Amino acid sequence: MDSMETKKKVVTAVIHIVLILVSITMLVPFLWMILTAFKSVTEATSVDPFVIFPKVWRTDAFKAVVNNMNFLLLYKNTLLLIFFRVVCAVVTATMAGYAFGRLNFKGRDFCFSLVLIQMMVPVQIFIIPQYLMVSKMGMLNTIFALVFPGMVTAFGTFLLRQGYMGLPNDLEEAARLDGCNIGQTFLYIMAPLTRSSMVALGIFTAVFAFKDLMWPMIVNTDKDMLVLSSALAKMQGQYISKFPELMAASLIACVPMIIIYVIFQRQFIEGIATSGGKL
Amino acid sequence: MAKRGKPAHTGRRRSEFLWGWLFILPTVIGLIILNIIPIFQTVYQSFFKTGDFGKGNIFIGFENYTKVFGDAEIWQALINTFKYAIIEVPFSIILALVLAVLLNRKMKGRSVYRTVIFLPMVAAPAAVAMVWRWLFNSDFGLLNNIFHLNVKWISDPKIAVYSIAVIGVWSILGYNMVLFLSGLQEIPHDYYEAAELDGATGIKSFFHITVPLLSPTIFFVLVTRVIGSLQVFDLIYMVMDKSNPALEKTQSLVYLFYKYAFINKNMGYGATIVVVLLVITMIITALQMIGQKKWVFYN
Repeated sequence: MDSMETKKKVVTAVIHIVLILVSITMLVPFLWMILTAFKSVTEATSVDPFVIFPKVWRTDAFKAVVNNMNFLLLYKNTLLLIFFRVVCAVVTATMAGYAFGRLNFKGRDFCFSLVLIQMMVPVQIFIIPQYLMVSKMGMLNTIFALVFPGMVTAFGTFLLRQGYMGLPNDLEEAARLDGCNIGQTFLYIMAPLTRSSMVALGIFTAVFAFKDLMWPMIVNTDKDMLVLSSALAKMQGQYISKFPELMAASLIACVPMIIIYVIFQRQFIEGIATSGGKL
Repeated sequence: MAKRGKPAHTGRRRSEFLWGWLFILPTVIGLIILNIIPIFQTVYQSFFKTGDFGKGNIFIGFENYTKVFGDAEIWQALINTFKYAIIEVPFSIILALVLAVLLNRKMKGRSVYRTVIFLPMVAAPAAVAMVWRWLFNSDFGLLNNIFHLNVKWISDPKIAVYSIAVIGVWSILGYNMVLFLSGLQEIPHDYYEAAELDGATGIKSFFHITVPLLSPTIFFVLVTRVIGSLQVFDLIYMVMDKSNPALEKTQSLVYLFYKYAFINKNMGYGATIVVVLLVITMIITALQMIGQKKWVFYN
């Protein structure tokens, strides 16, 4: 019995060691970002001796990038992009998911096949025509252009449909016997029950809108209409070896999302797990 | 009874029809305009050459396709994309599976580990790429200086694409792990207890219980990761300078798509590249669908 106990303890210790090593690997790039951002260029590029911790924690790099890049504007554009994409996705997918999952009507299966087709092809296949549409509308360099491809969501529709299909029948029956029409049943009974799917879709949409790089780079090239990711891409070319500045800007771009994530980490992880896994 | 039921029934059907269409209408219109028509437009565009200064379309039939198949740059990009995928997909899946199994128990610090490993998912790829580029820097980078190496991680054409794949694994590991964790929670605990009574523990139960029962999730992650890795763009775009000597040996198909369609403004050639990507993706996905019968268990 005693040897079983010690064996268990050893196994637990080994597991912890493995997990700590992996965690360090995940954290080192972020820590290095922070450490470099507070160094001077000389310190950051000193090899002999190689400097890990800055001697003096300087904020020069932060001041330089904040003076050069309008981060308030970048946050605002990014936030608007995320906000509108999340609202559009959740509203349209909640409605369509209900109809696809709970109602029986002519044309339903054909329309659902459109949803599946969208999910099966590489997204790049839509980009040229979408760009030409936005361009023809004269809407390049607008928030609308950023939101455009995400106005509806095949993935979200699929996710919400799964959510609705998992609900029991009797609630809907009871609502109908009480005289609710389909719209009322949806609005007051069914939609509130899929709140967790909506939250999952919202988080999923927000994270991927924040991470999107190619589309914002294509449609919004004006300095004032960039988002955080495309602004980082643009600044990289201008600050070639100013490593502290590059790291400071990366840090400023990532910190808000990371803070939100750390606070709501359970919702984030569960949201992404349920939405990613249900696809 | 049947007589009275019938009008109510058709009434219900009519109202389901009306409400159903009302609810799906925004999504269906949006999908048709944003996605379905563009598929055909992209295919159509691939038969055209964009004129100088991005003006005018000239019909050239299959010329773009013959050009793509004779273009050494495209073939190289295809090889680069496969090399990237061959590292990213298996490593990100196997490591994530091991981590998920290790974390699938009551233990101290479980949620801290999970939060930390998932962290790269919420960082912008542009920032991730920049910091890795800095870590990989051959003169001043942390990696070479800490381990006293002199490796040109991202400028040696032989290894640059693998270095980028390492960033890819690092970025996606937490995501795969979280998907596996939620799959693992659905495996009933008594399976393991029964196996333990039969003397199967640890690694044995991993291969005989965990892997088969998790195989639908593994298959799902595999299919989506293959598709995702074939579309690699952000990391390569951000890590590889246009003057980087290894660029030719790292640029992916989607990178070339972006370059031709939006830098060189040759939309026709860009469209052709993306149609080729579509066909490759469909073939590989179909092969995986066929292959799954051999190893995926659904109960």
